Amino acid sequence: MWKKISGLAIIGIIFCSLPYMVELYRMEVLIVLLFNLILAQSYRLVNTTGDWSLSHIVVMGVGAYSSALITKLLGWPFWLSLPVSGLVTAFIGFLIVFPLLRTIGFGFFIGSFALGEFVRLIWVKFRDPFGGPRGLINIPSAEIGPIDLYQPIPFYYFCLIIAAISIWIMYRIDRSHIGDTFKAIHTDPVLCETIGIRVPRYRAMAFVIGAFFAGIAGALMAHHQGAIDPHNFEATLMVYLIIYVVVGGIETFWGAALGVIVMTVIFEITRPLEEWRPLIAGCILILFLVVMPGGLDVLLPKTMKLFRKIPGIGQLFT
Amino acid sequence: MAMLEIRGLTKHFGGLAAINGIDLDIEEGEIRGVIGPNGAGKTTLFNVISGVYRPTSGVIRFNNEKISGLSPSVIATRGAVRTFQRDAVIHDFDVLRNVTVAGHLHSDQSIIKTLFGDIKGSREKDEEKAMKILEFVGLDHLCHELAANLAHGFQRVLGIAIALATEPRLLMLDEPVAGMNTTETAHMTEVINRLHEEKGMTIMLVEHDMKTVMSICKKVTVIDFGEKLAEGSPSEIMNDPKVIEAYLGAEEIVT
Ligand SMILES: Nc1ncnc2c1ncn2[C@@H]1O[C@H](COP(=O)(O)OP(=O)(O)O)[C@@H](O)[C@H]1O
Ligand SMILES: [Mg+2]
Repeated sequence: MWKKISGLAIIGIIFCSLPYMVELYRMEVLIVLLFNLILAQSYRLVNTTGDWSLSHIVVMGVGAYSSALITKLLGWPFWLSLPVSGLVTAFIGFLIVFPLLRTIGFGFFIGSFALGEFVRLIWVKFRDPFGGPRGLINIPSAEIGPIDLYQPIPFYYFCLIIAAISIWIMYRIDRSHIGDTFKAIHTDPVLCETIGIRVPRYRAMAFVIGAFFAGIAGALMAHHQGAIDPHNFEATLMVYLIIYVVVGGIETFWGAALGVIVMTVIFEITRPLEEWRPLIAGCILILFLVVMPGGLDVLLPKTMKLFRKIPGIGQLFT
Repeated sequence: MAMLEIRGLTKHFGGLAAINGIDLDIEEGEIRGVIGPNGAGKTTLFNVISGVYRPTSGVIRFNNEKISGLSPSVIATRGAVRTFQRDAVIHDFDVLRNVTVAGHLHSDQSIIKTLFGDIKGSREKDEEKAMKILEFVGLDHLCHELAANLAHGFQRVLGIAIALATEPRLLMLDEPVAGMNTTETAHMTEVINRLHEEKGMTIMLVEHDMKTVMSICKKVTVIDFGEKLAEGSPSEIMNDPKVIEAYLGAEEIVT
């Protein structure tokens, strides 16, 4: 118990002090890192049932569009629009996953892509209220009562809190009976059905919960960017999301987060080669699929063991 | 009124009638053997009863309610639970977790409880229940072993523990001793016997290994080419010339 708390404390201290360790222009990267942490962990939650969705980025977009429209058209405050956008996204997520529950594996993969593109097409085609191909602009920046979150550092801390809460909730779900059921469905859906587990219901549940948190990430992003358009939620970005999860691995809960962090660092190091980024990402994906198909997190237990041998702080890593 | 009532059950795969007009009654508390050579349609019978396949025609009633056409999970929820001829376990879970996850019908899980409740406490409660089942089937000493690492015999026993965690009223076992050595067979036979005798479980036991069935069951149904060939006590079956002639082969009966 204490070890766990001290481990979390170390991670917390690192994330809290990050803004003071980087130059101000890098704050943007840190904020996007937090969005991606929520997004990748929510994607992993969907994956635990064995369903690889190709619509998760669009689902995130639903959250972004929801919060933009809720604050712009309805004039609701940001603190209210954020959770409501999560709920709206969860509902749209349900509409997306419902017809897909009859499919598995490749069928689910392609079907989710088609439905995601359908949603994106709605944004493109309907100028009112979605703004068509140019999207929405003048999205109010985030604020909570008197606290203005427009500046990067306050906004970073706000996102850090939201990310911590989101990931903590997803962690609880992962550790619960429901999380076990998701994983059992991944391994043997036929067995699960015959012991009374309503497999479609649980698959839908995982997708909807994942959609909720993707929606939260999308809403944060919308208010951060101030403008969104359908290109922000393209299939290319879906590929990056898959790369995070493949690089990190889905064996352990933290794999997806690990993938996000590692890839963010790699993208930062290779910033001078930015136009080559898709190629770099592609090569890394192939490299991992060939050399380390389980992802980095298969190394986690081994690394932990190494850390444990460090005198003094070693016991923090058990 | 029988617990399980099957009338005119037929299942076609293309032109092949894997099950052809079977009538079958299983009484509450009974332990019934269903035997037949490979390809007779035994597994198909279970697949149809448990809802994995829809019957081509015929009706299945369980506790007086029609269950044919329902989905496997609903049929399991009603209390008719089957095991598989293959090693059907969650390979990447340990033994204990296999049983706790199967206990979900009787565990107080909900998304609200997951978010705000005491997940550790309710897990401990589930594990306590699961340990009792593991003790009953004699797998408690392996509770932290990964299911994938178990010997074949133990995996099959775990399959039964998983089914038991759903607290079934009718347990359908598909060739539980297939591919087992003598020690494993003895262990399995003892588990099945105790389930019947101590817990009064209603059991349908599919086997093509005659010996096990004859030693455990008081009533045996023989099927061949998807049809019911004979039904009666083990000694009646063993002496039924139709059974001997049709497929069992005289030597196998004698030994
Ligand atoms: N899913 C299926 N598709 C086509 N044929 C099948 C299928 N399942 C079983 N069969 C056929 O039905 C017959 C009965 O098989 P099965 O019920 O597995 O026999 P048993 O369990 O008695 O050995 C066999 O001829 C088998 O080939
Ligand atoms: Mg069979």
